[in-house]
Amino acid sequence: MTFKLPAIDYLALAPMLVLFGAACAGVLVDALVPREWRYHVQVPLSLVALLASGGFVVALANRKEHVVTAGSAVVIDGPGLFLQGSIVVLGIVALFLVAERRLEPGGAFVAQAAVVAGSEADRKQMRKPGVTEVYPMMLFALAGMMLFCSANDLLTMFVALEVFSLPLYLLCALARRRRLLSQEAAVKYFLLGAFASAFFLYGVAMIYGYAGKVDFRGINEAVLGSSNSKTLLLIGLAMLAIGLLFKVAAVPFHVWTPDVYQGAPTPITAFMAACTKVAAFGGLLRVLYVAFERSSWDFRPTLGVIAAATMIVGAVLAVTQTDIKRLLAYSSVANAGYLLTGTLSMNRDGLKYTMFYLVAYGFTVLAAFAIVMLVRDSDGEATHLARWAGLGRRSPVFASLFTFLMLAFAGIPLTSGFTAKFGVFAAAVGGNMTWLVIIGVLSSMILAFPYLRVVVLMWLSVPGDDTPTVSVPGAFTAAALFVGVAMTLVLGVAPNQALELVNDAGAFLR
Amino acid sequence: MSLSPYVPIVGLFALAAAFALFSVAAAPLTGPRRYNRAKLDAYECGIEPTPQAAGGGKFPVKFYLTAMLFIVFDIEIIFLYPWAVSFNALGLFGFVEMVLFIGTVFVAYAYVWRRGGLDWD
Repeated sequence: MTFKLPAIDYLALAPMLVLFGAACAGVLVDALVPREWRYHVQVPLSLVALLASGGFVVALANRKEHVVTAGSAVVIDGPGLFLQGSIVVLGIVALFLVAERRLEPGGAFVAQAAVVAGSEADRKQMRKPGVTEVYPMMLFALAGMMLFCSANDLLTMFVALEVFSLPLYLLCALARRRRLLSQEAAVKYFLLGAFASAFFLYGVAMIYGYAGKVDFRGINEAVLGSSNSKTLLLIGLAMLAIGLLFKVAAVPFHVWTPDVYQGAPTPITAFMAACTKVAAFGGLLRVLYVAFERSSWDFRPTLGVIAAATMIVGAVLAVTQTDIKRLLAYSSVANAGYLLTGTLSMNRDGLKYTMFYLVAYGFTVLAAFAIVMLVRDSDGEATHLARWAGLGRRSPVFASLFTFLMLAFAGIPLTSGFTAKFGVFAAAVGGNMTWLVIIGVLSSMILAFPYLRVVVLMWLSVPGDDTPTVSVPGAFTAAALFVGVAMTLVLGVAPNQALELVNDAGAFLR
Repeated sequence: MSLSPYVPIVGLFALAAAFALFSVAAAPLTGPRRYNRAKLDAYECGIEPTPQAAGGGKFPVKFYLTAMLFIVFDIEIIFLYPWAVSFNALGLFGFVEMVLFIGTVFVAYAYVWRRGGLDWD
């Protein structure tokens, strides 16, 4: 009996291997290092791992050699590397928010998540430092996201989906304050996420039934060469799309988003809004552009309706929100719609500008949540919008930064939001999806209202007795805030370099 | 007939459905009826479902922890066995991969052990 061992290009896998290795090391740190030292070991470990991983991504991008490796389970190509790099960079900024311990003694995370909310033990652990398992879990999630963007077949993709979803479910349950809300968010996310995963897996089975293959190239070839009825393929694609659209929070699979975004610890909400979005759209782009390119006339009308519904429902419901975290959640839903618009243009520009949008949105949303973390009173973050009234007079600097971020979300020129929206809309017009662009522009106008309402509330109201203070950020949050705001500005004023980067990334390897 | 491989599957479905219907229909007709408290409870794996336990619904998860650890090692055995059978053919590469795999399982084991997951009380 002889086996043909799969050839493995370890350098191509290095960005992910580094993170997985560091995550395992992080679990050991949590097992073996004394409690008071864990935070001081975990944070540098995670940071070094992410930097090393980013270094490998850059090295691979310079190698300009696109490979399919590990028994053709993983493909390393231009767009995949760009998405991996974005996940690493946004992950580093999110790590800054997670590592912040100055705003609240012990950090934003609870010491023991399993303690009954509101019990005596729960009150006692308020003063204890938070769990340090968040760092290895974040690394596992990030590595899973990177694998998700560069999987070459549907089964690898499913494994990657679970690898990045499971840590996220747990991370949602770890908020220090508002324990019940946090636990509720985790349970909802877990149950609905498991349901979506099941849809995804069943879709894989259906597609295997049609094509006899699960790798993207094989599926695409089967669509070309086969004269069989397409029923199985379309059922499979629909189920696959449900699984993926759940992760990107598209209507009607968005209902978890506001509850989970509100209940999860704010750094984790920021992490999900930035990195999970990149990963989910990376996966969706690869599936649609590589495996189902030839079926695009079958799915474009349906997904187009979903994109339109996502933009409209996200924008309209954002208007009615009274909580800043829920407002940003619905804004994230609407942004999923704009990203879908770019995705559905199904041309080179669509891929390019969707990837650019993901990065631009990621930085802006990280900075926005960094400010949400700062606005607090004795009960923790003051997220109710009424509490934000008059914040501009209290602390003009942070109110100005938040105003700038809101304008970026609204897509005002000279911010990254404008460049990104312009890009995806132009791509969609080029891809004959003009009707979607019209809906996109109209929904952007609706969506500008809630953003501007926050701005007006901050500047034109008189601060009351219960207007919270804006805490002085620790070094970590300040760094995250600076990077987020700076990138929002740079990508708006001088986006050329970033656009060159997405342009050089080229197309997916088939 | 291109459908022929599916005919036995349809037959299996019919058989399964018939068995389920037969069992449900026959049990109340033939079985003895001796009710007690445990039988009328909602089935909850040995946990008293109502009333909620004192202290806000805490219940022990020791068995659950042990079962979860068992499954981890169970799965490990599933991979170890075929590897052991074809050890010679897989050679050094297979050995290194297996050591890495066992290593990751032991990372989880070390975590559970150090965090008191194996303490019964």
